[in-house]
Amino acid sequence: MTVLNVTDLRISYGPVQALRGASLTAAAGEVVGIVGESGCGKSTLASALIGLPAPEARVSGRVEVEGRDLVALPETARRAIRGDRVAMVFQDPMTAFNPVLTLGEQLVDFQHRLPAPKAEKRARAAAMLARVGLPDPQLALRRYMHELSGGMRQRAAIAAALLMRPALLVADEPTTALDVTMEAQIIHLLRELRQDHHGAIVIVTHHLGVVGELCDRVYVMYAGEVVEEGTTDEIHHDPRHPYTRALIACDPAHIAGRVERLPTIPGRLPDLTAPPPGCAFAARCPQAGPDCAVPPPRVRVSPTHAALCHRVRP
Amino acid sequence: MTALYQVEDLRVDMQLPGGLIPFGKPPRLNILEGISFELNPGETFGLVGESGSGKTTLARAMLGLVPATGTLRFRGAALTEAGLRRGTAMMFQDPVASLSPRMQVGAAIIEPYAIHRIPKAERASAADLLARVGLPPALAARYPHELSGGQARRVCAARALALNPALVIADEPTAGLDVSIQGDILNLMADLKRDRGLAFLVITHNLSVLRHTADRIAVLYLGRLVETGPAAEVFARPLHPYTASLIASEPDPDPRRRRADLAIRGEIPGLLRRPSGCVFHTRCPLAVARCRSEAPILREIAPGRSLRCHLAGQDTTERTPT
Repeated sequence: MTVLNVTDLRISYGPVQALRGASLTAAAGEVVGIVGESGCGKSTLASALIGLPAPEARVSGRVEVEGRDLVALPETARRAIRGDRVAMVFQDPMTAFNPVLTLGEQLVDFQHRLPAPKAEKRARAAAMLARVGLPDPQLALRRYMHELSGGMRQRAAIAAALLMRPALLVADEPTTALDVTMEAQIIHLLRELRQDHHGAIVIVTHHLGVVGELCDRVYVMYAGEVVEEGTTDEIHHDPRHPYTRALIACDPAHIAGRVERLPTIPGRLPDLTAPPPGCAFAARCPQAGPDCAVPPPRVRVSPTHAALCHRVRP
Repeated sequence: MTALYQVEDLRVDMQLPGGLIPFGKPPRLNILEGISFELNPGETFGLVGESGSGKTTLARAMLGLVPATGTLRFRGAALTEAGLRRGTAMMFQDPVASLSPRMQVGAAIIEPYAIHRIPKAERASAADLLARVGLPPALAARYPHELSGGQARRVCAARALALNPALVIADEPTAGLDVSIQGDILNLMADLKRDRGLAFLVITHNLSVLRHTADRIAVLYLGRLVETGPAAEVFARPLHPYTASLIASEPDPDPRRRRADLAIRGEIPGLLRRPSGCVFHTRCPLAVARCRSEAPILREIAPGRSLRCHLAGQDTTERTPT
């Protein structure tokens, strides 16, 4: 069952076209990755998925969650969906919580739509904290955020997002602020949670390792567009778009042993106030030719795999 | 070969704030203990550890920025502040924060000359310094907020090079950079090492930064060196269980090689709750009774390879993906 259906989403901030027609889907029970580097539009996309685009953003296109279009809905209706049907785990859990309220108070507040007595909400919060692996949930409920370690805070943030059993969970760089051993544990936790969370999970990250460990399908973004999509296996073992290939080649995890020169992608992102009419990657692409000055087609490679490129053959 | 920088039995304690209790001495907190290693001229030495392992404190102690006991020798002689300041340079973790927001790039990178009263004839121009790190001279007129992340890193490298140091300490040199430009900075460091014989001490929590660049590495856990050795050997055959679990914890981009289980659980204990015996025993999959009571010492188990573990030499490779 499709939980999330984004169609031709365009978002601009003043003259900057941050998102230029992105389309993606996520089904219940699925973990979908959105991967890309700074400036690719992935954070803009993440904020649109939870119906929280920046106030100055101009939005067109559709973001349907369980059939309801977050772009078209009035703000009051969006508020009713946020935190209930759609929830988000932020990169920095310290700033996602209120520092002057205990974790327990906040986890009870997050359930304000639930018609249940406070004691029951507190019990639900404790159960969820136990589920995400906080060692002493009753004690943790009485803690302030600064009393928890980084890993514990991220677990608490995941618990908070899952409290209302949302249909869509969006995690924006959920492991970027963590050390590698804690990162592995959070990845492990998200993998476990997907088994009893029946909604869709969208992971926004720049880290191909997180995608490889966690995601079923991936969307690769560049300069505000989805340039390639496919199963994680297809993207890793059969990348078709030159940008995806270059990105994978740069990943240190991909390089065995000591090398003289580490690969890089020369050049820089196009100016998104005046994006090129053709392929946005052409200026940095080793395979670019004159035809790349016209918009590239989305070439389907398999039922699940497609790339936005003139050079890709089905 | 004489070592460029020699650290012997370094120990750093920090005074805790006295707080509200008006009597008694404020407690002292041990941050680092028993740290010994040598840096050779022209080598890249990687120092790996997670948050709270003391790696940044170690760098600061080596630059004389925090008080330490033990022996520190730079170019064979005991440390003097002037010699150290001119012979070493630091690239800080947050490049933009380490540049004055009100100073143009050109002025910032030649400021070391004024501070050290270098005669005009021995000074390099800002344009020359920028050229050494591959930046156009026009950048000298910019302010730090006008730089991209990669450019800011290069500017900090240019400033570090101003005094022709023998050793550059780079704290998380790729933090916050996109994968596609991480290689740029690491390649620049490799060029400087080759062309100018610079030694680098690279401090990072990210093993992948070191895998392709470091000659030797040292692994720090809760203020103790647990393993040192040639980088290629340590990566191929980690001997300390902590090193092995660090390597095994790195996420693998290949979905066909997903880990079934966790290599390590829990997290690094706080400095105030330093475990007895071996500091790693609370998370160690191999710990035995002796590890809880008796602290192992760092000893050389093969030429150039040291280990702080009672269960030395036990092969831990079977838990490491290759």
